[in-house]
Amino acid sequence: MERKTQVTAGNGQQDIIITREFELPVALLFKAYEDPEVVAQWMGTKVIKLENKKHGGYQFETSDPQGNVVFRANGVIHSFVPDKNITRTFEMENGFGAQLEFLDFEALTDDTSKLTIQSIYRSNAARDEQLKLPFAFGLNMAHNRLQEIVSKLK
Amino acid sequence: MELRRDVFQAIADPTRRAIIALVAMQAMTPSAIAENFDSSRQTISKHIQILTECELLKQEQHGREIYYHFNPKKMKEIADFIEPYRNMWEERFQKLEAIMKKYKPKK
Repeated sequence: MERKTQVTAGNGQQDIIITREFELPVALLFKAYEDPEVVAQWMGTKVIKLENKKHGGYQFETSDPQGNVVFRANGVIHSFVPDKNITRTFEMENGFGAQLEFLDFEALTDDTSKLTIQSIYRSNAARDEQLKLPFAFGLNMAHNRLQEIVSKLK
Repeated sequence: MELRRDVFQAIADPTRRAIIALVAMQAMTPSAIAENFDSSRQTISKHIQILTECELLKQEQHGREIYYHFNPKKMKEIADFIEPYRNMWEERFQKLEAIMKKYKPKK
C-alpha cells in the first residue's frame, strides 16, 4: 500500500514533522480541523470545546465503552487563518507536558492539498517518549491479548 | 522491552551516534575508533561497550585484534519503532479523507 503519511523525527532533534497529501480541496481539508463534529469523527474523540480564533481554547476527551475517561487533551490556539494555517499548543492531561504545533495547509491543485504538521517538544527525550507511545501501547495490547488467550487456556 | 529501551538510550548520546556512523563505514579496532575523539580511551571504550551490549555493534576477532562491526538489523528495529506512530496518523488521515469526501456543508 502507498505510504501517504510521512513522519520525520531527526536524531537528537526535539520536533516531529508529519506530512500528508489529500485528495481534497484545501478548503475541505481545513474544514476537517475547523468543524468540531468532523474533528470528533476522525480523531475518535469527544470535542468538549473548540474555539477557532486567536487566544481560543480547545479540549478533547475520550472515554472507553464503560464511560471511563481514558484520554484528555487541551490546548490554546495562537493563530487561525482559514485554509492556510493553525498555530496551537497541545497537551495531554497525563503529565507529558505541552507541545507547540504548526499546521500548514497548502493547495496542490483544485482537488488536492497538503498538510504539514510540525510538533515541537520541550526536549529530545520528551519527543521520543511521545513517539514511543503508540509503540508501547501496541506492545501492551499484544501483551494483554496474549494474557487473554493464555487465561482461556487454563 | 528492557533491551529496546537500552537501544534508545544508546542512540540518545551524540558520541555513541558518532561511533555508529564511523563503524558503519568500515569495521574498526577500539583504538582506531578512539583516535577520532578527544575523549579518553576509557570513555570511548565504555561507549563501545554500551553499543555492543545493545547489539548495535558486533565484535569480531582478527588475529590479535578485535574489530567492531555495525549491526544494521538492530538499527532497522529502531527505525521500525516510528512505524506505529506513523500508522496511527495514517489511519486518522484516511478517516479524515473519507469523511470529507462525503462532507455536505451545513447552512
